[in-house]
Amino acid sequence: MPYVITEACIDVMDRSCMDECPVDCIYEGGRKLYVNPFECIDCGACEPACPVEAISQDRAVPDGQEEFVADNLRFFEEALPGRAEPLGQPGGAADFGPVGVDTELVASRRRAS
Amino acid sequence: MNTSPGTPRVAVVGSGPSGLYTVAALVASGQPLHVDVIDRLPTPYGLIRYGVAPDHARMKAVTRVLAKPFAQGNVRFVGNVEIGRDLTHHELMATYDAVVYASGAERDRRLGIPGEDRPGVLGSAEFVRWYNGHPDAAAAELSLDMERVAVVGAGNVALDIARVLGRTASELRETDVPARVLATLERSTVREVHILIRRGPADVKFTPAELYQLTELADADVILHDGGDGIGDPELAEDKRVRLNLKTLRSFATTPGRGARRRIHLWFRTVPVEIAGPGRVAGIVAERAGERFTLPAGLVVTAVGFRGVPVDGLPFSESAGTVPNDAGRVVADGATVPRLYVAGWLKRGPSGIIGTNKPDGAETAAAVLADLAGRPGPARPDITEVLAQRDQRRVDWAGWLRLEAHEGTLGIADGRGRVKVHDRESMLRYSSATV
Repeated sequence: MPYVITEACIDVMDRSCMDECPVDCIYEGGRKLYVNPFECIDCGACEPACPVEAISQDRAVPDGQEEFVADNLRFFEEALPGRAEPLGQPGGAADFGPVGVDTELVASRRRAS
Repeated sequence: MNTSPGTPRVAVVGSGPSGLYTVAALVASGQPLHVDVIDRLPTPYGLIRYGVAPDHARMKAVTRVLAKPFAQGNVRFVGNVEIGRDLTHHELMATYDAVVYASGAERDRRLGIPGEDRPGVLGSAEFVRWYNGHPDAAAAELSLDMERVAVVGAGNVALDIARVLGRTASELRETDVPARVLATLERSTVREVHILIRRGPADVKFTPAELYQLTELADADVILHDGGDGIGDPELAEDKRVRLNLKTLRSFATTPGRGARRRIHLWFRTVPVEIAGPGRVAGIVAERAGERFTLPAGLVVTAVGFRGVPVDGLPFSESAGTVPNDAGRVVADGATVPRLYVAGWLKRGPSGIIGTNKPDGAETAAAVLADLAGRPGPARPDITEVLAQRDQRRVDWAGWLRLEAHEGTLGIADGRGRVKVHDRESMLRYSSATV
């Protein structure tokens, strides 16, 4: 039952959650951050760290944000644009560095002007 | 270990999350260092192994990250070595250029009400150690042959205890609790678990996810006793955590019981005033909305927080239960004590979650690194040389991995997964290379 990052993170990417995550499982896309559901340990440290309240447990996401549960998974399970392989479980965002691209769902969102 | 002359040696006492996040930050600096992680137990991970509830297997997976520094050639595990017993604080200071105490807070805070010393009243630390297979609790003869248990507390530990008591035998078999603990839990006749909470619903310290977990027990209903003042409107709460907790609590209030075999009662605004006897505990007297009543209970577990234990050689503030410090540097009589540091609960008090230790450990590590920089220490003996002169069975990292591998196979015969080894002698035996 991992935590997921929802729409409010898009184009905000405050990154406070990345500092809090004890297993370093929050990865940086181009416009949004993503929790790796394979690496998340359900501790909840990220949730209060987010200044825009974008983080929820997957079974408690706000109404209308359900698609982000599957989308967080997709970021790791499907090959992202420009990559031949899915990210899978890189084992830590700090060592891996920013991924720089987003899922289709996130990339398709209009930028806040 | 190849000890390059002049390479500073750092000892970290305690291999729980605070100690190991400190180590991770020390190693991440890239500064040349030797780090020894000393633990009084033969096993690493402290409260991850012995505090985190057995049904929180995912959370225990944080060990995957905590173990990383031991893959480096310059970090060693020195298990089954207790400072103050096998090695004095003075010897430790003579063996290392910097010493970080991250040995936690191992005492329960007391309720401070009459009857607290009756047989059948346990502190949460004792109860949690028992079900988690802590070697200090390996010999404890605990029986759960009562129908009602009262748990006092408004934090995650109280929830952990209630959940473990509320789980079915088959749910518990999926955890890694030692066989002896499982047998006691399987024989449990506990049907009612009362959680007594002084605070109101908006002021509890439960992590929302952990409170929500009460809805997921296979055969336990949750009964809410809100104290007459209601739960409060979640949407009016500014804090997200409060909002989520209130939502979960409201769902308890509106969900009809399933007629489950066990019931977990949440009593809000309920202040325990006395543990009733005579002799062994028979119940807990509490006050709610000006009315005094007695909840019968054959076992009372107090989960109202922990206190640090004074460490030999370190200043200690009894009132705070911590070692006075400035960003991790130990402070005595208004001045920092050279080469001496603290991290984790000993440093900031017993609060926060696993993740809290990451920035906390990084802060202490930064102090250590800044103080060591450019200051090669004098030649010092290696701890293994010091310990070799006494009859001390150390457990190194390879030894721990042997024990861990053994635990991985221990449940097979019973159709279980990984199962913990409980007693210290067996731990030492399975960790030794010559089993």
